Amino acid sequence: MPLLVLLVIGGVLFYDAYPAWRFQGFSFFTGIDWNMGNMYANGPITQNGVQAAPGASFGILPFIVGTLGSSLIALLLGVPVAVFTAFALVYRVPSRVAAVLSPLIELLAGIPSVVYGLWALSVLAPFVEFQLGPWLAALGHVIPYLAGPVGTGLGMLTSGLVLGVMIVPIIAATTRDLLLQVPRLPMEGALALGMTPAECLRFIALPYIRRGLFGAIILGWGRALGETMAVLMISGNADNYTPPNLYSPISTMASTIATLLDSALTDFSGMAVHALALIAVTLLIITMLTNLFARLMMQLGSRDVGVEVS
Amino acid sequence: MATVLHAGRSARRSIHSALLWGVSVLALLLVLFLVVDILWLVVVKGAPGLHFTTFSTDTTGIAGGLQNAILGTLQLILFSALIAGPIGILGGAYMALFAGARSARILRFVSDVMAGVPSIVIGYFGYTVMVEHWGWGFSSLAGAISLAMLTLPYIVRTTESSLRQVPKSYYEGALALGLSPTTALRTVLFRPALPGILTGMLLAVSIGLGETAPLIYTAGWSNFNPTMQLFKNPIGYLTYVVWTYLNEPYDAAHQLAYTAALLLVLLVMCLHIIVRVLQRRGTDPSQLRS
Repeated sequence: MPLLVLLVIGGVLFYDAYPAWRFQGFSFFTGIDWNMGNMYANGPITQNGVQAAPGASFGILPFIVGTLGSSLIALLLGVPVAVFTAFALVYRVPSRVAAVLSPLIELLAGIPSVVYGLWALSVLAPFVEFQLGPWLAALGHVIPYLAGPVGTGLGMLTSGLVLGVMIVPIIAATTRDLLLQVPRLPMEGALALGMTPAECLRFIALPYIRRGLFGAIILGWGRALGETMAVLMISGNADNYTPPNLYSPISTMASTIATLLDSALTDFSGMAVHALALIAVTLLIITMLTNLFARLMMQLGSRDVGVEVS
Repeated sequence: MATVLHAGRSARRSIHSALLWGVSVLALLLVLFLVVDILWLVVVKGAPGLHFTTFSTDTTGIAGGLQNAILGTLQLILFSALIAGPIGILGGAYMALFAGARSARILRFVSDVMAGVPSIVIGYFGYTVMVEHWGWGFSSLAGAISLAMLTLPYIVRTTESSLRQVPKSYYEGALALGLSPTTALRTVLFRPALPGILTGMLLAVSIGLGETAPLIYTAGWSNFNPTMQLFKNPIGYLTYVVWTYLNEPYDAAHQLAYTAALLLVLLVMCLHIIVRVLQRRGTDPSQLRS
């Protein structure tokens, strides 16, 4: 049944996206301009056998850059926090306390993404605008990409931060489950040989969970790539240029589909809708590949540990 | 000399150790701080807007109550559960009992991958197919089906894993006693697996509750209470209020957005607590055997 649904979704999207591919070709992925063309023209022009408004050009490079940029910031910040949190939960915190804290962290995974957007707008964006941004921009002399202007706090850095918060519970919960499944005997043996608990973690537990951990990270990445609402609320929704610095407004592929569908419907040639479908196909393929890869890694990883991870 | 070297190394080791655990505990504290900060914001800003009238009046564009959004959310969730529930449970039962080991593995893999499909892609699909091509317009059914597609993989997976936890001998024993496969499934297998299946349904509901992206272009938005009309009638929902009212230049609208967020978080929290309780009962082996 899920297979059927997936095939239907994929099929319909491909069918929908095909005219845009014929119209734009590979420059769809490398073009910077998203322009539906002259909406007041007398009629559509025909290019490569498909019709579009005169002057239309559909390039999604800015959206690709925005998607990758914000999700990489999310990984860079979210992964260490998540993994270290799992370490602390499993090895440092008394199990009674951990039993209280774990559901709290899992609740973080259940909070609706619009609520994250709300939080990012009222807490995170001012923080980036007035505190983190200026502080980072001062480092701009050393690392050019960090240089200002900081702007309004709506942009790539804030998007990356909130995505980072959103992927923490996914990665932390999976890492915790993996760590709990590391066999006790080698750990106790290492302790008995005089290793410190930290060394046990580093040399015994980590090799066991390596692949599963990698899978969990990719899974979190997939979530960050496909996230729509939170990013839509705080990314600043910029079109037609690639972000010149860390703070500039961006759009991601997912948020673009949500924002531009309204205006795309006004395209009398219908090409803009097809172009959005092509974005959806691209996003679908990317997220499916990351998920496929993550699940494979996690299955291999759970074989390392010898227990099934859900 | 040797002792000095040894002392240096052990000092370094203990510093490493302390550093690792220090960073770990800091990370944990940071995450907890974030949880508390998000909840705090929503409660502090949302609670002042909670009046009896919030539940009894409709939104009037930028002010008023949330009655239509609350009822709309409930209707969408109910319908999506009615659609995804039976399909997902039957699909999960098929995977757990009737499919071969190989095809079950492939199906599980596919449903895992499907759980990763971005919600906006499902929304776009629902829009082009149901709203446009089939001419349903912005409607509660289009929204509910989109939500159902989103939540289906979760229901399938939890149903499958909770049915798998029931010993196979139960099923075989029931068959040996002359029950037909369907009766055996219904009477012998579903009873012990029920808490697990319910857990999956509730998780799916809490996911559907928080979704916006698949609804914007399928369910639309309406300032009026949901009618039971399936087609052509747009329907309101809470997440839309959070998303759009925050951009309105009115305090009353902002207040509604925060209050809607508070209601969403409260609903999600309630569902999570129920799930916890069910899980505790479901994994209790004595329950399974009785």
